[in-house]
Amino acid sequence: MQSQAHRFKPRAVEALHNETLQQALAKAKGGFIDKRAAAIQEIPDFESLRQRGETIKEHTLAHLDVYLEQFEAQLLRQGGQVHWAEDARDATRVIADICREADAKRILKAKTMAGEEVGLNEALEEAGFEIVETDLGEYIIQLAHEPPSHIIAPAVHKTREEITRLFDRVHHGLEEVRLREVPDLVDEARQVLREKFLSAEVGISGANLLVAETGSVTVVTNEGNADLSMTQPRVHIVIAGIEKLVPTLEDAGTLLRLLGRSATGQAMTAYTSLVTGDRREEDPDGPVEYHVVLLDNGRSRMLAGKYRDMLRCIRCGACMNHCPVYGSIGGHAYGWVYPGPMGAVLTPQFVGLDEAYDLPHACTLNGRCKSVCPVRIPLPDMLRSLRDDQFEARITPARTRWALKLWGWVARRPRLYHLGARLASRLLANLGRGSIQHLPGAGGWTRGRDFPLPQGETFQQAWKRQKEHRGER
Amino acid sequence: MNQHTPRVGLFVTCLVDLMRPGIGFASVKLLEDAGCRVEVPEAQTCCGQPAWNSGDRADTAALARQTIEAFEGFDYVVGPSGSCISQLRKYPQLFADAPEWLARAEKLATRSHELTSFLVDVLGREDVQARFEQPVCYHDSCSGLRELGVKAQPRALLASVTGTALREMPESEVCCGFGGTFCVKYPEISTRMAGDKCASIRASGAPVVLGGDLGCLMNIAGRLRRLGEPVRVYHVAEVLADMADGPAIGEEER
Repeated sequence: MQSQAHRFKPRAVEALHNETLQQALAKAKGGFIDKRAAAIQEIPDFESLRQRGETIKEHTLAHLDVYLEQFEAQLLRQGGQVHWAEDARDATRVIADICREADAKRILKAKTMAGEEVGLNEALEEAGFEIVETDLGEYIIQLAHEPPSHIIAPAVHKTREEITRLFDRVHHGLEEVRLREVPDLVDEARQVLREKFLSAEVGISGANLLVAETGSVTVVTNEGNADLSMTQPRVHIVIAGIEKLVPTLEDAGTLLRLLGRSATGQAMTAYTSLVTGDRREEDPDGPVEYHVVLLDNGRSRMLAGKYRDMLRCIRCGACMNHCPVYGSIGGHAYGWVYPGPMGAVLTPQFVGLDEAYDLPHACTLNGRCKSVCPVRIPLPDMLRSLRDDQFEARITPARTRWALKLWGWVARRPRLYHLGARLASRLLANLGRGSIQHLPGAGGWTRGRDFPLPQGETFQQAWKRQKEHRGER
Repeated sequence: MNQHTPRVGLFVTCLVDLMRPGIGFASVKLLEDAGCRVEVPEAQTCCGQPAWNSGDRADTAALARQTIEAFEGFDYVVGPSGSCISQLRKYPQLFADAPEWLARAEKLATRSHELTSFLVDVLGREDVQARFEQPVCYHDSCSGLRELGVKAQPRALLASVTGTALREMPESEVCCGFGGTFCVKYPEISTRMAGDKCASIRASGAPVVLGGDLGCLMNIAGRLRRLGEPVRVYHVAEVLADMADGPAIGEEER
């Protein structure tokens, strides 16, 4: 996917003015937050579960090479094939080759963020295949020709009206809107998709977890669409980042409990499938060919650097659900595959600090993301650290750097500083009483807010006077 | 028995110093009423947070060293801001390669407390002598709340104020959109977040909103005024010290 992260500012402003988007965001936000809050109440010690989740991922990352080898060996033993993809081009080439060899025309796809990351749809369409997204949200945005705006709810930014209009146009060639209820819309999509399920030659899915001890791939959905794309077509391809590994099935269980509750407030996602290899002789269904594409795409570089903690991410979306900035502008403003706080850390790793300059800054460091992350990733700390990197690399605008230097220089000279504060305080107080609507040079502040004026004397000044007065007594 | 009088250095914060000295005096009164000897070192300026949050580590470290020196020798360092105090607590992160400064930074960090948390958690005070005749709601500023665990303390103290009642707003723990330089770097997003906060405040029905960080309070007050909402904004210390009889933040003399 082509990054638009450098256009964060204008896209964010656009999003703020998009009425339907704002309606959809307002509706979605509360739901996710309340459901998660209720779901974690049901577990007596959710904190220790988070701790276990963090430990499992930490341990796996520390021995990633060992577990990757174990996973590969197990998968081969189960009749699967493993492909190592260094980058996006590798991954799309491998997958297109498999599809070609399978003589495929139609390809089913269950939602995969790794697939989004490598631009899989575009690559396969260019190679002449028809791609059908089977996740309802992903299907909706495929019809709308848009990227996902949320990693677990790709079409969360769309209202029911918009979806109805989209379905009317694509399914029925109608232009006027016949507003329908959600179950009717779901039914309609299901009818269309079922047809396609039966006629596809290849199914592609992502993976929520890879289990080293068994060579299994775990996929969770609420619609069962991944299961269908995994069992129905003759060939199945899984694409997953190498950080998706866990050592054992028990570890997978721990992370799945964290995932469901953090993402949608479910104890477990509705469909949880463990797939281990291709169809056995006694199996009634399943693919005869089974491939797993393990994607690096910069992950091993992250593993060695200071953003390694980010590789613990299990893609639950809790950080974005609780982020007030994401809640104001939605996912598309972030400009690449991963939105919200996790995206603001990940995107610069993939597209560059320069290209994604705004993302680490578009955060108030309020810390809510960190407090809900199921594997306790210190997201605000990493966003701040990215700002360090940008400052060191001199990507931070010169004006900002000089302003900080000047401020630092004055603030290190308390006498000068206090003199300046006294002058500034008096100057501002001379502008009036109370607040003003326009403060010269502070357009950023006064565009949407009045500026409260100071009282005219600094605390230090008044304190000194009072102390002298006290001394005289 | 001769009880030791704690010697407290007031970290007044640059915003309070410049914009609303009354919060500084309210802090002094609360601390003195609680039996502390309060001093205000003149060598203090800014905690360095703008530089720290902008990636300028060199200037942050320089300001940290200045603050450490200014407050060495006090039993406690107390400030009317969760945000600035949590910055003081982060100083050790700056001196991984300078063991002498690291030790001094750690000492400062362990002795630094946000005002209401100091009164309740360190001094064990649960009540103040104050009167305030209107119901209030309370905005939980992010740094104080999530980095220092300030939530129950201001509420406990407010419960002892005669004449008032706390009406919780929905989403009291959601950021108001201030975020230091965030509010001027992304004014449109910040304004939206401040607007959402104003809606929560309105939903509480309280005519007064309190908080523990002047930055957030100026942001909220500024947005409330732009929207023409009559809700008044005070720092919690002003109410607790019985010094909220003057104009609220951003308000003209009445």
